[in-house]
Amino acid sequence: MEDLSLHILDIAENSINAGATNIEITIDEDSKQDVLKLEIADNGSGMDATSVEKALDPFYTTRTTRRVGLGLPFLDEAARAANGRLEIDSHLGVGTKVIATFQLSHIDRKPIGNMADTITTLIAGRPEVDITYRHGRDGHTVSLSTKEIRRQVDGVSLNSAETLSFIRQYLEQEEHSLEQHG
Amino acid sequence: MSKITIDDLAKIREQTRRQTTLRQGAGRVKMTVHMGTCGIAAGARDIMTAVLKEVETRGLHDVIVTNSGCAGLCSQEPMLTVETVDEPAPVKYVLITQEKVKKIIDSHVLQGNVVKEFALAVGSERTR
Repeated sequence: MEDLSLHILDIAENSINAGATNIEITIDEDSKQDVLKLEIADNGSGMDATSVEKALDPFYTTRTTRRVGLGLPFLDEAARAANGRLEIDSHLGVGTKVIATFQLSHIDRKPIGNMADTITTLIAGRPEVDITYRHGRDGHTVSLSTKEIRRQVDGVSLNSAETLSFIRQYLEQEEHSLEQHG
Repeated sequence: MSKITIDDLAKIREQTRRQTTLRQGAGRVKMTVHMGTCGIAAGARDIMTAVLKEVETRGLHDVIVTNSGCAGLCSQEPMLTVETVDEPAPVKYVLITQEKVKKIIDSHVLQGNVVKEFALAVGSERTR
């Protein structure tokens, strides 16, 4: 994966496959503490302690179409390469929270990438899932909630090409202005 | 360009409502981008973006765009599956690029002609 937005898309796809109806994606950049923290929390089926333990093993997967599961090991590797770590907090029947931390200024810390495309892709695939996105950077914040968008479009499905295009443009604009505060 | 806010969505609501109601019924064509770890690593998100942009700019209101997971053919990613109401089986396209997306929409989605050279296989094994 080239950047963190692709890892986020991948982990959120796990949430969807685990039957989540609510996904909360948070990125927090704190230059004072020199920490970048990613959090993907869902209310999907969750995992028991044994599965959590195996989740970082590339040769463990619950799928049947292939015998390797690389999503979480990739993110773990990306975090460790940037002096960070990956944590999985999961409870069967409750949900899963994946937390990855990185040293913000580390030379090997992957760039955040295109979050507008990641959020738009997630909504296009599963317009009925509630997605809350928040990206904070030293006190400035970008946020988006599909619940709020659904209220605005009042009954129109979120996966119409026009609505998705609006969401992409809105996030591109907001992410761009967040960058200007850097 | 002036700054857009979430409230601006209300403006596109009415124009979209009519077209979207049509879409929520059975669409004529369904395009599925495979979004497993393998697909994402191979560029599936850019393919999704390209498909959405084509569908939007061409005003294809009877096309449903969605995504799915890994189909077990990781070396052939990015993959795109096209299903139309008047065809017996879905067509899986492999090693997709943005150029291929345009051609698949021109030929398969709009005219019903499968782009055989991009498809995984044509037909299946026959037994006697």
